[in-house]
Amino acid sequence: MYDDTIAAIATSLGNSGINIIRISGKKSLEIAQKIFIGKKGIKLKKLKQRYLHYGHIIDPENNKVIDEVLLTYMKKPYTYTKEDVVEINCHGGVISSKKILELILNNECRLAERGEFTKRAFLNGRIDLIQAEAVMDIISSKSNKSHEISVNQLEGRLSKEIIKIINEIMGLIANVEVNIDFPEYDEDQVTIEQIKKTSIKIIDKIDNLIRTSETGKIYREGIKTVILGKPNVGKSSLMNFLLNENRAIVTEVPGTTRDTIEEYANIDGIPLRIIDTAGIRETNDKVEKIGVEKALDKLRDSDLIIMVFDASKELEEEDIKIIEYIGNKKSIYLKNKTDLEELLDLSDYPKIEESIIDISIKNNEGLDKIVSKIKDMFMSGVINVENDLIINNMRHKNLLINSRNSLDEVLKSINNHMPVEFLEIDLKNCMENLGEIVGKSVSDDLVDKIFNEFCIGK
Amino acid sequence: MDKVKKFLSDKYDVVVIGAGHAGCEASLACARMGMKTLMLTMSLDSIAMMPCNPSIGGTGKGHLVREIDALGGQMGLITDKAMIQCRMLNTSKGPAVHSLRAQADKRKYHVAMKQVIENEKNLYLKQGEAVEININNDEYEVLTRTGSYYIAKAVIVTTGTYLKGRIYIGEVNYEGGPSGLYPSNQLSDSLKKLGIELKRFKTGTPARVDGNTINYSEMQVHEGDIELIPFSFLTDKVDIEQVPCYLTYTNEETHKIIKANLSRSPMYAGEMESVGPRYCPSIEDKVVRFSDKPKHQIFIEPEGLDTNEVYVQGMSTTLPEEIQIKMYRTMEGLENCEIMRPAYAIEYDCIDPTQLNRNLEMKNFKNLFFAGQVNGSSGYEEAAGQGIIAGINAALNIKGKDSLILDRSEAYIGVLIDDLVTKGTDEPYRMMTSRAEYRLVLRQDNADIRLTQKGYDVGLVDEERYKKYKEKNKNVRQEIERLKNTKLTPKREINEVLEKLGSVPLKTPITLYELLKRTELSYKNILELDKERKKLPKIVIQQVQTEIKYEGYIKKQLKQIEQYKKLENKKIPEDINYNEIKGLRLEARQKLSNIKPDSIGQASRISGVSPADINVLIIYLEQQLRLKKERGEDL
Repeated sequence: MYDDTIAAIATSLGNSGINIIRISGKKSLEIAQKIFIGKKGIKLKKLKQRYLHYGHIIDPENNKVIDEVLLTYMKKPYTYTKEDVVEINCHGGVISSKKILELILNNECRLAERGEFTKRAFLNGRIDLIQAEAVMDIISSKSNKSHEISVNQLEGRLSKEIIKIINEIMGLIANVEVNIDFPEYDEDQVTIEQIKKTSIKIIDKIDNLIRTSETGKIYREGIKTVILGKPNVGKSSLMNFLLNENRAIVTEVPGTTRDTIEEYANIDGIPLRIIDTAGIRETNDKVEKIGVEKALDKLRDSDLIIMVFDASKELEEEDIKIIEYIGNKKSIYLKNKTDLEELLDLSDYPKIEESIIDISIKNNEGLDKIVSKIKDMFMSGVINVENDLIINNMRHKNLLINSRNSLDEVLKSINNHMPVEFLEIDLKNCMENLGEIVGKSVSDDLVDKIFNEFCIGK
Repeated sequence: MDKVKKFLSDKYDVVVIGAGHAGCEASLACARMGMKTLMLTMSLDSIAMMPCNPSIGGTGKGHLVREIDALGGQMGLITDKAMIQCRMLNTSKGPAVHSLRAQADKRKYHVAMKQVIENEKNLYLKQGEAVEININNDEYEVLTRTGSYYIAKAVIVTTGTYLKGRIYIGEVNYEGGPSGLYPSNQLSDSLKKLGIELKRFKTGTPARVDGNTINYSEMQVHEGDIELIPFSFLTDKVDIEQVPCYLTYTNEETHKIIKANLSRSPMYAGEMESVGPRYCPSIEDKVVRFSDKPKHQIFIEPEGLDTNEVYVQGMSTTLPEEIQIKMYRTMEGLENCEIMRPAYAIEYDCIDPTQLNRNLEMKNFKNLFFAGQVNGSSGYEEAAGQGIIAGINAALNIKGKDSLILDRSEAYIGVLIDDLVTKGTDEPYRMMTSRAEYRLVLRQDNADIRLTQKGYDVGLVDEERYKKYKEKNKNVRQEIERLKNTKLTPKREINEVLEKLGSVPLKTPITLYELLKRTELSYKNILELDKERKKLPKIVIQQVQTEIKYEGYIKKQLKQIEQYKKLENKKIPEDINYNEIKGLRLEARQKLSNIKPDSIGQASRISGVSPADINVLIIYLEQQLRLKKERGEDL
């Protein structure tokens, strides 16, 4: 029924040690054979059906091993979707699952939409009628939302960049269209040379964006985590611990001020975006005041707050202020400096007292408890970063690659001396792919652009 | 009005209200499909009138004319008779955007069309103003102002810009139809009473100037093509004496006068609230919005051979007559011009086209059709394209047959109608090739291949046209086959010819088909290598060449069309209740309930319906289908 092959990570990323990547559709087997090698290190000409193959996923470009996996091939129609299905059990956490999926998507295969396997299962008659409602629910609740999220996740600077590229291409197309539809008017004729130049320039920009997406900078992604506490309570040491001890991916986000620094940490596959605040306290210093206000701003839309108390000091005005700021937000309370004499009394705050974790960063005590607490909260769903984060990154990257490929086609057509209306087809494809990233339907804007920018008509 | 005694005049299968370009095609289609048809018009002298520019065709529009012709319509044939200049546009670009544009003698066009209508069997032509449409026992009664009423099984409304027409010239405004004719003031109210939603659009036209008062010597001359290509697939040759058009420009002085008098333009004074088309901007609009442009092109086009009136394209305005004279006279060659008819804007009632199905029938009224400018479109060709479809479908309805719906991959007409009824329009809608997704396939040279079979199947295309189409199609296919089967071997004399043509010599054998894909080679210039060929009509050669040269791109587009068709073929039952479908967002529910798309494909084009909504809809339809099956098994 469907021509295209789809793939996705079927498990929830970060929640478990093993991830399952599912491919469904005509090309499933072909793709699997391309990227999978058996235990003897050779590609298998034939994959036995319904058999758990042990082996490795490799990057066919350089034969580098990506992950150790178990792979199953199931022939249609006796599969979940009633199509050919390949499932890959991999266990390298988020990074390698992502890499495997990317390898799959390099072939004639696209990322599955939310609920699409189930949708196919239903439409192909695999799932019974009673479940139809549930299928519709999944699709309507998840995909509308995930689309919205996907657009929102994009880093502001990048979405601006993409919109700029879209406008550039659209300007070019609008001009081409005016030349075509209103040939009698003496608007500037777009020359093939111009299209070539612009295409090359934009390819360069898109390539840059693709590289950016690989280093993860494309998103303000991760569980937004703010560490709070009065000065000298150990915030920075805690941050360093979270960053260093857990193979942190440290990226400095450009454009942030010296007052709040954002760092990315990866706690067993759970992406944390840690915002180090300048500390919250009353201040009259103008510069510092801006910093504090910024910190409070960050606080407002954070997913998780880690508040650090100083065990060696009594509860102070500043602590109380912070407790009040936090209110009912998802939070973890830490009592640092437990190696010193304890003066802190939290009996006025029984809830905090009950859940507080005793640590001593200096003596490296209790820190593992923080990690397991974060993991607990993540897995129990108290805090969550949906697969969306990781998936959208891939989706966007894919769209970027598609749009770059369209421009390659434009250049190819130019070399073949194709007339301008043929070039326009791929220019439009490029524009639409980019539009999808920023959540804009661009084709409708084209007619507006034509009339806004060109003086045409009788 | 109330005092007029009503009398039953006659009964018809179809009554067409209006005799403009939509009305003409609609009436002829109905009559030719065997329907007893009445064409009702306010003035027999304004049949197929061109109240604006004296031209037919242009990019996109020329495609429409070819399609109308391919379906068995009249516009192309009449244009071939009435043209006084013709050009193929965009010849410097690729074949998909080549488009014919002709200057037409307005009077000749009117006379020729009127004659065809008068002589058409089954078609009755009457002068009368329709003032009411009433429904009586599944039949329609069309009442005229003079009391006669007609009973019809189907009615096609093609009232153009007449409904509550209002003319604006500077501070002056009054009730009026186009080109000095009367407006139709009562029919709108009758439509409203039926519950049909109306909008108010406007459009404008420039002044007509006495050609004898123009000094052409300083203007650029625009001649027609040396070799004329006819619009109609039936016309073998157009043999006319062509007349030129001219080009002049506005200048600083013109712009100064316009800017100084903006407050006297009712559009700028805020007296007109209706929406005008952006591609027909008034000159004041152009000057204000594109203030950096020092001059604008103004084309001088003859209105006909037996009149001195000329059309001043680009100078449409609502400024007062006094100012019009002043600003027209600022332009080179027009210094002493005499305006014969002042420019004006016209405001009129039209319907919200989303009330229509894709066969152009009202969703809520069986057998009530609308076509042309009353649907919010603009342009003679757009009107005619809708007219022929409304006519065909009115006849098919009465015959109890399925509607003819052209989709976006089949015709510009399909794009036009789908856009109108699916998305609606906020301004008079003009066809542009950029609105068509499958432009490479929707060419003007293959309109007959795309549509004539369909026209024949519904009974509109006659045997002569059908035979001609079959012949052409056969020729194209056979020639392509021959080229595929003719091989050249790398012989010296062959390679010499190739080198002479600037082409790489052969190393291995190649078919003529593959050889023709080389950019530097054409069907014409490889004659020396292909001596076996028989003489073929130009249009056949052109098509053969296009199909070969752009094969890869066309194949790609055909693949896209295949995908598109899949969604188009997923039909949505008429009785679907969107409020029952839980997964749909509220906005989608409302939009879908309003537009009532006939297929998943159409649904996906409605703004405000997301891909997720479409997925939900697909699941729901499958669920319903299975439920039905289950019930069937139970029985």
